[in-house]
Amino acid sequence: MPPEIVLQTQRLSKRFKQRWAVRDLNLEILQGDVFGFLGPNGAGKSTTIRMLLSLIRPTSGDIRLFDEPLTMSQHRALRRVGGIVEKPDFYLYLSAVRNLEIVGALYGGVDRRRMMEVLELVGLKDRAFDRVKTYSHGMKQRLGIAQALLSDPELVILDEPTSGLDPQGMKEVRDLIIHLARDQRKTIFLSSHLLSEIELVANRMAIINRGELVVQGEVSRLLEEGEQYVMIRAEPLRKARAILRRLTRFVHSMSEAGESLKVVMSFDDIPAVNRSLVRSGVAVHAIVPRRSLEDYFLALTEQSLSDGPNARVSGKTQRQ
Amino acid sequence: MFRLVFYEAVKTFLKKRTYLGFLIVGVIVPIVEVAMKVEGGRFIQAATRTLRQDFIFVGSLFNGWYVSYWMMQSLWVHIPLLITFVAGDQLAGEATSGTYRLILTRPVTRTKIFFSKYIVTLIYSIVFVLFLAILSIGLALILLGKGNLLVFDRGILILPAADVAYRFCAAYIFATWSIVTIASIAFFFSSFVENAIGPIVATMGLLVVFLILVVLPVEAFEPIRPYLFAQHMNLWQHAFRDPIAWDEIGRGIAVLGSYSAAAVGASWWIFTRKDILS
Repeated sequence: MPPEIVLQTQRLSKRFKQRWAVRDLNLEILQGDVFGFLGPNGAGKSTTIRMLLSLIRPTSGDIRLFDEPLTMSQHRALRRVGGIVEKPDFYLYLSAVRNLEIVGALYGGVDRRRMMEVLELVGLKDRAFDRVKTYSHGMKQRLGIAQALLSDPELVILDEPTSGLDPQGMKEVRDLIIHLARDQRKTIFLSSHLLSEIELVANRMAIINRGELVVQGEVSRLLEEGEQYVMIRAEPLRKARAILRRLTRFVHSMSEAGESLKVVMSFDDIPAVNRSLVRSGVAVHAIVPRRSLEDYFLALTEQSLSDGPNARVSGKTQRQ
Repeated sequence: MFRLVFYEAVKTFLKKRTYLGFLIVGVIVPIVEVAMKVEGGRFIQAATRTLRQDFIFVGSLFNGWYVSYWMMQSLWVHIPLLITFVAGDQLAGEATSGTYRLILTRPVTRTKIFFSKYIVTLIYSIVFVLFLAILSIGLALILLGKGNLLVFDRGILILPAADVAYRFCAAYIFATWSIVTIASIAFFFSSFVENAIGPIVATMGLLVVFLILVVLPVEAFEPIRPYLFAQHMNLWQHAFRDPIAWDEIGRGIAVLGSYSAAAVGASWWIFTRKDILS
């Protein structure tokens, strides 16, 4: 039996005045997926998530959650979904527990044991009764995950859950996501503007740019599909090129790219190639494995930055 | 629904802003009443000078009831302002703090959330007016004692002491009705902005403009006056007339009620349809 489709969007679109923030978006998230929703800042990720969680109405298109149209079964569906939209905000003058009580009331009440359970899961049990005002950004981010998990949802939607965290915090969140998917069998929808982050946790992903879907599929397939190559910066470059030209066993093709060499080769052969270069007296400054998807995504990101604020279509800039 | 109202009340009544109005009333009322006691009945003496030539006054007209009556003048503008601090924050406050995202992504209709917030606004308005009533009347009676009540209603009117308590009771019920109208209007403005300042300014602006239209001696405004809510902000004063003008009270209740209903209806319509971008 093929896995159940948990979330599906069909030609989902949202227009703010003259600008399409999301256009004709078709997504498909299967049960058990850790689905990476990738796009540069302002690509329409948060707008999509706001539509999934009924904060904004689509201009056109459909959302199906658990095989029912969201418009028909909003409450049944939302009962099975938990999420964070953009940065998690709370009633700062209340404690974490009080905030969770307020959220719990919207599910008809959640008992204290469950609240402490989710707080423990995100490492906030000791601070449960402190006012959220006293929390650091990382703690609020974790409390955001706690409230998303409070109702024990089947689908967890996390909007950039690692944004603003230090590397240790990012790792903790990643580990938590993996734990939720693997041990608690939850389906995770994770948005990010970092390909590396999606690569580490997701099994399937979609890339969105300017509100439109660019590509969707299995992460490993998408990463492999494109060309793999290695950027080598070495001195003297000429000598390095001569040596690499002789290494026909490893090197499929080569071209010059500024002060580096772009070498099409398997990543597995990097140590052998490096050894040859070093043995021949070439000073190797850097060997950077690259994939065309990464380049492609980087180009998207740079493009969205250079286009300036007018091209941006994030929720933050859409406020009217 | 009860649970939702309870937690809305928790949010409101654990917020410092909620007690600002109570604090102001709690400080101002004693100061004014003590000052009036110290100052004595000089003003009332002047007002009743001619009457005293023909009648013998038994007891003092400058008493607790009289002071309580004057304290009710604050219901025109001052109390409405304090009410908007909370009513204007009910919806806009959630937008400001970003917590709409926390509560509107749940399996509860926006209609339920909306009405639980409105119910809490009503509770706040009632509690606040009750607080003003108990404090101003209680303190005034302690400081100055009871007696007949002198009011100005097309001349001087002296209401017998036995009647006064129930008249105050009725007056504060009417006052609550007009305060609820103010709260509802602030609630309405609160539904489409992301900051509580807007609803406060807009509500007070509307009240002041309407009050000007009501008192300005311009005949052109005459036909619209009965339909302005500000015209009926003095609903409570009718309780101190003799005989009590029930038809005017009925008209006032209807006009104020219509404003409240329209404000709540419009804000419900906006709130249940709006895109949450905050």
